Amino acid sequence: MADVARFAAGLALLVGLNLAGEWVVRVTRVPLPGSIVGMITLTVLLEAGVLPVHVVRRPAELLVRHLALLYVPAGVALVAYVAVVRHDLVPITVAALASLVTVLAVVGLIVQRLGRDE
Amino acid sequence: MTSALWLVVTVLVYLLARAAYARTRLALLNPALVSIAVMIALVVATRTPYERYMTGGRLLSVWLGPAVVALGLPLALQLATIRRNALAIGVALAVGSLTGIVVAVSVAWLLGAAPPVVLSLAPRSATTPIAMVVAARLGGIPALSAVVSIVSGALGGFIGVGLLHALGVRSPLAVGLALGGAAHGLGTARAADEGPTQGATAGMAMGAVGVLTALLAPVMIAALRWFTSGR
Repeated sequence: MADVARFAAGLALLVGLNLAGEWVVRVTRVPLPGSIVGMITLTVLLEAGVLPVHVVRRPAELLVRHLALLYVPAGVALVAYVAVVRHDLVPITVAALASLVTVLAVVGLIVQRLGRDE
Repeated sequence: MTSALWLVVTVLVYLLARAAYARTRLALLNPALVSIAVMIALVVATRTPYERYMTGGRLLSVWLGPAVVALGLPLALQLATIRRNALAIGVALAVGSLTGIVVAVSVAWLLGAAPPVVLSLAPRSATTPIAMVVAARLGGIPALSAVVSIVSGALGGFIGVGLLHALGVRSPLAVGLALGGAAHGLGTARAADEGPTQGATAGMAMGAVGVLTALLAPVMIAALRWFTSGR
């Protein structure tokens, strides 16, 4: 029972941070999704030691492990855009591939030159 | 089908797709991609309006926000390594996020893609849930961003290590950051196969690039608009 209660409390905290992030975005108009503000807040709270890791560990690991399931319904929305995708299939493919290869190369080469950890 | 049934079917399809991937380890059988494809086929075959499907689907989608918040945990656990290499990581991920957006957007635009498609490609480097919220804010198509993000992530996991080795990039830190930064979740999974340092730093890069992309994409879109309208 204590485990269930702790899990629920951790989950409620993650939901609360998400809502708080959305509220901050609405009030301050920072150009960020509310969930990202929540994520940064969680990182800061954990790092500062205000929030012990064990409070959120279980629910956080569960959500991250099954992230893929959570975006399936949103991906299904693609049915409404079949014509758009078919029309622009070449630009979409080339642009995504070009972006992927450039980022891999840029990040890899810069870290290799400047990094201290070998 | 009722919306509750659609929810159950979505979860079942996902679990089956996960099991199939665990069994075969084929990058092509990425669970998210297979689940989305199967669900689209089912929705089309049963002539279900998307809105009806989504009344059940929303019960999953509402957890995306808290799940993005949860990504703060792996990020916090990596902060010591980040500090030690702060300069290299900061420069690499900032430049990487920026080029990821600019290359995707300008190539799509030059090849004549429709404006909502161009905007959907801007957050390509970000992890899928972040790419979707960024696309929604920009006026793109979140579902398209999701699929582009998943497919390019799978491809990055597939070709990433080979490409980096060909470029002479071999340090575990550099390989991890490049895979996580360019190919988010699926790149991170591939990096973890290379070693614990690679896996951990890839997870960190994924989080940082997600945040940087969310911050930079609106600015870069505005800048490119200004630049292209001026000539």
